[in-house]
Amino acid sequence: MAKFTAKPAELLKIDFKTPKTDWMDTPVNIREHMYCHPAKAKDLEVVDFPNIHEWRPVDENWNLPENWKEIVLNGIKERLQKYRSFHVFMDICVRCGACADKCHFYLGTGDPKNMPVLRAELLRSVYRKYFTTGGKIFGKTAGARELTEDVLKELWYYFYQCTECRRCSVFCPYGIDTAEITMMGRELTNLLGLQLGWIAGPVANCYMKGNHLGLEPHTVKSNIEFMIDDIETITGIRVNPTFNRKGAEILFVTPSGDLFGVPGVYTAMGYLMLFHELGLDYTWSTYASEGGNFGFFTSNEMAKRLNYKIYAEAKRLGVKWILGGECGHMWRVLHQYMDTWNGPADFLEVPKSPITGTVFENAKSLKMIHVIEFAADLIKHGKLKLDPSRNDHLKVTFHDSCNIARGMGMFEEPRYVIKNVCNHFYEMPENTIREKTFCCGSGTGLNASENMELRMRGGLPRANAVKYVRDRYGVNTVANICAIDRATLQASMDYWVPGTAVAGIHELIGNALVMKGEKERTQDLRLEPLPGKEGVE
Amino acid sequence: MKILFPFFAVILLVLLAVVGVKGANLHFLFGVVVPYAAVFTFIIGVIYRVLKWAKSPVPFSIATTCGQQKTLPWIKQNKLENPSSTLHVIGRMALEVLLFRSLFRNIKGELKDSSRLIYGSDKWLWLAGIAFHYSFLIVLLRHIRLFAEPTPSYLHLLETFDGFLQIGAPRLFMTGVILLAAVTFLFLRRLYIPQVRYISLSADYFPLFLIIGIATTGILMRYFLKTDIVGVKELTMGLVSLSPVIPKGVGAIFYVHLFLVSILFAYFPFSKLMHMGGVFLSPTRNLTGNSREYRRINPWNYPVKVHTYEEYEEEFRDKMKMAEIPVEKE
Repeated sequence: MAKFTAKPAELLKIDFKTPKTDWMDTPVNIREHMYCHPAKAKDLEVVDFPNIHEWRPVDENWNLPENWKEIVLNGIKERLQKYRSFHVFMDICVRCGACADKCHFYLGTGDPKNMPVLRAELLRSVYRKYFTTGGKIFGKTAGARELTEDVLKELWYYFYQCTECRRCSVFCPYGIDTAEITMMGRELTNLLGLQLGWIAGPVANCYMKGNHLGLEPHTVKSNIEFMIDDIETITGIRVNPTFNRKGAEILFVTPSGDLFGVPGVYTAMGYLMLFHELGLDYTWSTYASEGGNFGFFTSNEMAKRLNYKIYAEAKRLGVKWILGGECGHMWRVLHQYMDTWNGPADFLEVPKSPITGTVFENAKSLKMIHVIEFAADLIKHGKLKLDPSRNDHLKVTFHDSCNIARGMGMFEEPRYVIKNVCNHFYEMPENTIREKTFCCGSGTGLNASENMELRMRGGLPRANAVKYVRDRYGVNTVANICAIDRATLQASMDYWVPGTAVAGIHELIGNALVMKGEKERTQDLRLEPLPGKEGVE
Repeated sequence: MKILFPFFAVILLVLLAVVGVKGANLHFLFGVVVPYAAVFTFIIGVIYRVLKWAKSPVPFSIATTCGQQKTLPWIKQNKLENPSSTLHVIGRMALEVLLFRSLFRNIKGELKDSSRLIYGSDKWLWLAGIAFHYSFLIVLLRHIRLFAEPTPSYLHLLETFDGFLQIGAPRLFMTGVILLAAVTFLFLRRLYIPQVRYISLSADYFPLFLIIGIATTGILMRYFLKTDIVGVKELTMGLVSLSPVIPKGVGAIFYVHLFLVSILFAYFPFSKLMHMGGVFLSPTRNLTGNSREYRRINPWNYPVKVHTYEEYEEEFRDKMKMAEIPVEKE
């Protein structure tokens, strides 16, 4: 595959004109840089996924199992019976089009099949053909079509051009959630072994080694030790976290992205500094070393299998409650699925901050809270000594991550924290934040490198809003609470809004946090000079 | 094709009624049999569809949260956009069903000068939707007059309100005009916005043409081709009291109107018009958002194969010991 070299100006020539041919008569054109490579057989074998075989998206023949059609149709039937959401959403769309220009992939590609309504119609047309009387009798007139290999390819292509961000569902008059439909569509492709490498790899890693990155226990520890060294360089304080420690009060689980690579590690340094300063009785786990859940992008069952470890480890270690790191889809899974899958966690206690005494009643069943809720409570109670001027070199905006926004509703806590640790905070335009926030463009396992055009196109609406605040207020930092954002937004920023950095909120906390006995700080967590301290070292 | 087919289907239905009544004298068929069959299909069909949906469980708590969650006491929860109690959910659903709250949010996203994405308020669809649904509702309610003797007093009130412009004789009812205008707007919008036209199916045009036909014949009957209203009421009262009669002198236009209405009723359960029932069952809207506070039970939750800590330690024990990470078995 040739390298993706298109310039931003080229990508911005977006053609929103609809094709001359009807969408059912417009065959799918699987384009380079718009899709991810297939999964490796060994990764699928680890988790016993079905119908593992060799195939390539651009090939005519996908080497599908002989009874592929039966598998898909039975798969649809089973899911109609299991999920009312899927069943109702297959039936009630009136095609009003309110969702069309709400999708970041549609805005970035102009491809009508990226309008949420049409993405869903790709599957609805098959549903009508095989599961409704009207569709069986009237066929195409009723919007029904045969399931052919070409149709399957089209489903595959477009369900992996949706990041399940749920922005469309905010605007739909019936609350139709394309994420529900994409999830079913992806489960169907998974039944046929049509999984992506970038998803299957992390899933296999997480299953066997405890985290997406495949960090083995000693590497989890040594990665954190590197951070400890850096923290000592910056503050003169040596923090001392523990691993797999029984009897700790709190188990801390964060996405493994925070343990490897920038800017994720800066966020993790922020956690380490904060917990040390508080004297928190907590432990990391190398077994439950992943908060995120790429299984969620393959099937409900796989997601549950990966998620199992968090409660299991909390039970084994005998902690009282669980604290979760800054992540997006991790929190959709924790907030809306975990308790149902693997609860009830009756061996845990309702989370109670040992510092402020606040009892988190809103998590009284799940027994797990977001570290930003925890931090906001600390700040509100005046438990942290903060010097926001140490972030004065940053002009910050906040990117709500899709899942935290629309699958949880945490809007005020992160803003409260940022305003307390930074002096310069600017909101992006109101139609691009909070429940109307845009996806980074690379969620749901689409953060590979071979699909860079797709990512840049999908990232355009977010980047464009960042550009707006950069041009207007000089914003140079996009704060967020999502590991995928930290891993992928930088590429989008470099492409669309060069010179803009991406940072987790705990990095900003780490900068501002005045620790007991620290030396005079001259560097921020990136080991760059603090404002007014240039040339001090 | 997608437009012409449903258009001619409706024309054909109109002709069928005209020929059936005027040519073949099938008054009983079009005035009694078809309406009964249609209402029967409607009731059974809607119940069947709703029960079929209801049979599929809602395994997970998947509310789309559109506002601040219930959290720390000093942070104000948005109870209508992120409900945490049944009362909040009823509020959210009421806003959705009665005021089309989500559609009211609509914004139009556009790429300007190939460089700036801008988002502007766009409430036309909401306005047309509200106008269409409410005027249709009032028109329907006004028709109760034909099925009740004596006419209930609240209908007089409704009619006074509906006809407050006091134009013409018989007095002009605003809702009839608004209904026709709104449904025409919805049709034209489908036709002229390229994206909406691209996604539209015959199944989207057919009900529009049908309703345009119904509204047009209704307006024609009331204001232009005067119909024997006493005869009409005789027929409708006969239907509702299950002792159908076919009075003489009721014009064909009435039978066309009645036939189109019957088709709409019969077509309803098999079509997208079921969104009326579906919206109540939409899990992203009718669930609370506080899924960490109360555990949702999935009726088909089943045990899954997992990778246990013991298996994990078995594989990495030596490495863990080397790194001084505590282990269960030495």
